[in-house]
Order: sequence, then structure tokens, then C-alpha cells
Amino acid sequence: MIPAPPVEGGDAPGGIDPRVRLAAAIGFSAATAAWQRPAGILAALGFALGLAAFFRLSPRPLLRRLLAANGFVLLLWAIVPFSLPGEALVRLGPLAASREGLALALAITLKSNALVLALLALVAPLPFPAAGHALHRLGVPGKLVQLLLLTWRYLALLEQEFHRLRRAAALRGFRPRTDLHTYRTFAWLLGMLLVRSVDRAERVRRAMLCRGFRGVFLSLHEFRLTRRSLAFAAAAAAAVVASAWLELAG
Amino acid sequence: MAAEEPLVALRGIRFGYPGAAPILEGLDFALGGGERVGILAPNGSGKTTLLLLIMGLLRPQAGEIRIFGEPRRAEADFLEVRRRIGLVFQDPEDQLFCPTVLEDVAFGPLNLGKSRAEAAAVARRTLAALGLEGFEGRIGFKLSGGEKRLVALAAVLAMEPEALLLDEPENGLDARTRLRLVEVLERLPIPQAIVSHDIDLLTALCDRLLTLEAGTIRDVDGEALHRHLHVHRLGDRPHRHGLPG
Repeated sequence: MIPAPPVEGGDAPGGIDPRVRLAAAIGFSAATAAWQRPAGILAALGFALGLAAFFRLSPRPLLRRLLAANGFVLLLWAIVPFSLPGEALVRLGPLAASREGLALALAITLKSNALVLALLALVAPLPFPAAGHALHRLGVPGKLVQLLLLTWRYLALLEQEFHRLRRAAALRGFRPRTDLHTYRTFAWLLGMLLVRSVDRAERVRRAMLCRGFRGVFLSLHEFRLTRRSLAFAAAAAAAVVASAWLELAG
Repeated sequence: MAAEEPLVALRGIRFGYPGAAPILEGLDFALGGGERVGILAPNGSGKTTLLLLIMGLLRPQAGEIRIFGEPRRAEADFLEVRRRIGLVFQDPEDQLFCPTVLEDVAFGPLNLGKSRAEAAAVARRTLAALGLEGFEGRIGFKLSGGEKRLVALAAVLAMEPEALLLDEPENGLDARTRLRLVEVLERLPIPQAIVSHDIDLLTALCDRLLTLEAGTIRDVDGEALHRHLHVHRLGDRPHRHGLPG
């Protein structure tokens, strides 16, 4: 018998219902995106750090992911301070960095780090199927959830198929270069991948019809709101409200 | 339904894909109660097409399909057929589209109107019957080829079909998984039609053998006594040859 390892963490990692995690992530993201003042933004960042601590995210992978996200932020620092009109603080030859521009770049940096932290804590640990079904329960249309889950299910297969095709090309001496032959070959590979995917989609549709599919995806998932999840939801709501208060009063 | 009428009866079927000569022409086929029919068919002979016609996923250009004693023509006629006959696809990858094994096996029962608890119970029972306990939470695309095949079979059997159609079920299986598949199929008390180009599998399993060639099905009656000469290593030592399955 082949041993069957359990799905990592189960449907509710950390004992928090996936719906609560997603709802908290959505609420937090909307609030953080809206806040303009330092108090509100700092409160959001504090909350995100609190989340990372609460879910005990291990620091090393966390830092790696934050670093990746901040690569984009770095680009903003190269552009935003110099493109916003206002009181010039720093001059670099003909370019002047404005106080308003620097403040905006700083705000974006803090906000995006808060968001990435919160999403890594709330959403990233969710098993994909549980996240899909939780989205459905939160009111995301069934068809979208179906698309999401089927995409996730078949992505690996598509990738395999692509690598098979590439290997087949490589075995016949194909080496990518910057020339027309390369572009044409890749176009063929992609075209072939598309044709195979359409074929596969048709076969999957048939398999679904054979098992009585009538257009509605029924799901086995049942979520239960535990006391821990409810307490977490209340705390998250309170934190968002507190940051709103800081934003509006500060 | 008349007592002697077969479960599945095809008469004078013609089918061709657009822009090609008909792949099936004047095909007759019947599957009766309790028998296991093997259809020996080379690649490209239309064996998958035949199974898709029975399930109503393709429509014949000529001929008659009667299933469970009723003529089947329109999509609506075939909805009942799909509930009562199971088809195991050639590529289990096509059949396993749910995130986890349990959801895949429960997909059919849920569509048949069972409650979540009932569907999950049927799915667990079916998995256990195939020796797949503990697979419930596993991710469909991370299974091995043989596991996928067995889970796909479980997904079909969970609908408690009255007949089973199998499209090259031995495809891509190693000797052990193949043996297990043969055991499972032998134990199943429902009529089965197995389409394959594997003579050993069909002779090991089936009561009746047919061939699908040049668009039509022919009976293979009687057995032909014959002898093979063969060579292999250690052939000079005393040894036995067992039939697979």
C-alpha cells in the first residue's frame, strides 16, 4: 500500500476558518489601501506585524518574499519622488525630488509591506481547494471558483506538457536563439500546447458529463466557525476599526 | 424492458469525424446482463468513439442505439444512461479534475443528488473497497499513474453503475497495479465492456471476445490452439510461464 500523507495543515491552518482568513485579508487590504495619514498607515503595518507574529511565520522565507516584493518598490523610489511636483528637497542635476514625492514613496513602501505581510500570514498558508470553496461561500460566483480550481488542477499538467514538447524539440537539436527560427518554433510549441489544452478540456468536459454534471459544482466542503475563528474575526475587525480611528482622528 | 433484451444494443451504427472517412460503418454491438465482453481493437480503430457513442457524448450519423430497453437519440435520453452506466476513460488525468481524491470520488454521487454526508460516505466506502484507504485528502495530480487509474475507477464505481465501460484500462499500469485492477474487475458483479489492444488482459478477464476492425465488430468464436517459440535468458532452466492476471 502506498502511504498517503495528509494535506499540509488541513483545511483550517492555525485553527482559523478559511472564510475568516479571506474576509480579514479583504477588509485589511481595502482599509490599508485607503489610509493616507501616517497614523493609519503605521497602525496597518503594526497590525500586519502582529498577524505575522500570531501565525508564527518563519522569518527566513518571510524575509525572502518581502525582499522580492520590495524589488518593485525600489523602482517606485526611482520614479515617484522625481515626478511629483512640490517643494524640492534633493537635487540630482536637472532632477529634483519633492517632499510630497518622497512622502508618497514612503507611504507606498509601508503600505505594500503591510499588505504583503498580511497576505502571507492570512492567505498564503491556505490549501488551494479550501481557499476556493471559502471564496465561494463568501459570495464569489461559482463559475469563477470553478475556473480557479480547474486552473489550479490542470496547471501542473500543462507545464508538464510544455516541458515534454520542449524536450522533444531539444532532442532534435533545437537551441533557442534570437532569430526567426526560434520565434517560429516557440509559436508552434505554444500553438501545440493550446490545441492540446482544448482537446484536454473537451475530454474533461465529457468525463464530467459522464458523472452526471449538470452545470453546478457541488462541493463536499463544510466549514465550521469555531470559537477560535470567531475570536480571531472579532480581533481583526477591532484592529481595522482602530486603524480607521487613528486615520480619521490623527 | 423485455427480459432477453440486452442492456446496451447498437445496430447499424455509422460514425465519422468531419473531413475523414467513417471510422465506424455498419457496427452492431450488444452487452447483456452479467457478461464481461472484451473488444480487441488496434489503435485508431474507433474504440474510444464506440464508448463515447454509448454514453451519448457523440451521436451516430446512422443506426440505432437502445440502452436499458429504450431508444436513445437526444441529449435528454442519455442523461439517464450516464447515471446508470459508468465509463472509465483512457487517461485518468481527464477524469480526475477535483482538488482532492475524496472530492473527485464524491463528485458523481453529489451530482446524483446525494447529501454531502452520504456522498462522502459512499466515496470512502468505494475507496476502501479498492484498497485506497487514506487517499481521501490527497491531491489528484500528485498521485502516481497506477493510483490515478484506481481513483478514476473508484470515481466511476461510486455512482453505483449498472454496467461499466473501460477504455484501455491497462494503459500505463505496472504489473502489480494491473493485477489489482484485474482482481477488482473480476469481483464486480455488473456487466462490463473492456476495449483494449491487450490480448492477455482480455482473455484473462472476458467471457466473450470481439474484434473491432474496419469499422465493424466481429465475434471471435472458439479458441485456436497454437504454439509460440520464444527465447529469453535462463530459458534452459526449468521454469513456468504464467498468464498475467
